[in-house]
Amino acid sequence: MTERFRAGWHVGRVVSRRPETSSAVRLEIEVPTWPGNHAGSHLDIRLTAPDGYQASRSYSIASSGPATRVVLAVDEVPSGEVSPYLVHDLVEGDELEVHGPLGRYFVWTPDDPDPAPVQLIAGGSGVVPLYAMAAAREREARGPDFRLLYSVRTPDDVFFADELAALTATSIDVVHTRRAPAGSARPPGRLTGQSLAASIFPATAMPRIYVCGPTPFVETVAGWLSQLGHDPARIRTERFGGSG
Amino acid sequence: MTHLDGNALAGTFADVFGIEFTEAIGQCAGCRHRAVLARAHAYVTEMGAVARCETCGGVLAVVVRTPTAVLVNLSGLAYVSLTRR
Repeated sequence: MTERFRAGWHVGRVVSRRPETSSAVRLEIEVPTWPGNHAGSHLDIRLTAPDGYQASRSYSIASSGPATRVVLAVDEVPSGEVSPYLVHDLVEGDELEVHGPLGRYFVWTPDDPDPAPVQLIAGGSGVVPLYAMAAAREREARGPDFRLLYSVRTPDDVFFADELAALTATSIDVVHTRRAPAGSARPPGRLTGQSLAASIFPATAMPRIYVCGPTPFVETVAGWLSQLGHDPARIRTERFGGSG
Repeated sequence: MTHLDGNALAGTFADVFGIEFTEAIGQCAGCRHRAVLARAHAYVTEMGAVARCETCGGVLAVVVRTPTAVLVNLSGLAYVSLTRR
């Protein structure tokens, strides 16, 4: 059985921050009491104002394993309460209150005995937990084949671009919805059921499928997967959106 | 308002009950649908959260935070099954 990684409240310190994209920041947080986490799980960050007012939001974790160094990539929700602070105001050395690791359902673990291929489908910043899974697979000498289908607005909005490009156990298809790279064979446009079908493992391969993105993206993709004959019991979804 | 899913309730239930909500199996008291609670539809606000059955839309759970207490109504769940570890 996989490790338990019991959830709890912890205090972490920001050890590094750098721009991930024009609207997102990558944070590395050292959490000395962190128990480790599975690839795909998340944590809640709680901010407390001087008057005691508190706001809490969930963020997927881009790192996994027993390390106490937790990596996040936070996309700004401009009207949000927490993400603008994390993206613009947080500086190295700041302390953060975090609760986690959370969510044992939307995870992939290397000791999973299921030999079937793994299909990852990301919308926007929904790539974060899926990148964690692909990176966890990459650390293993052997394991199932992985594919990632990543829908993103423009080439400049790709999270973990260098890390994704370096993966060898995961093959990657990026669909650009607003602007494609120069020389791209595919014009920019939303993902369609047809293009999805052409770039994921077929239902006959019985893949396990993880879908993460904004709610409308997840609902649309789940509908297509069902039409393509994928077993709903093998599809795990995680939705985000709203308040940021 | 747009719904999320049971994954968004993991922190709340870990905090209140110390349980891992997302991979627990719940049965809807209304339509008897059984599923992992990660699949429930979740409506989350600053005040609290409502989890609804993905099949019939019936309310499974309500969590409300007040300044002094957390109120939890689980009457829409016929049962919850948690894996022993």
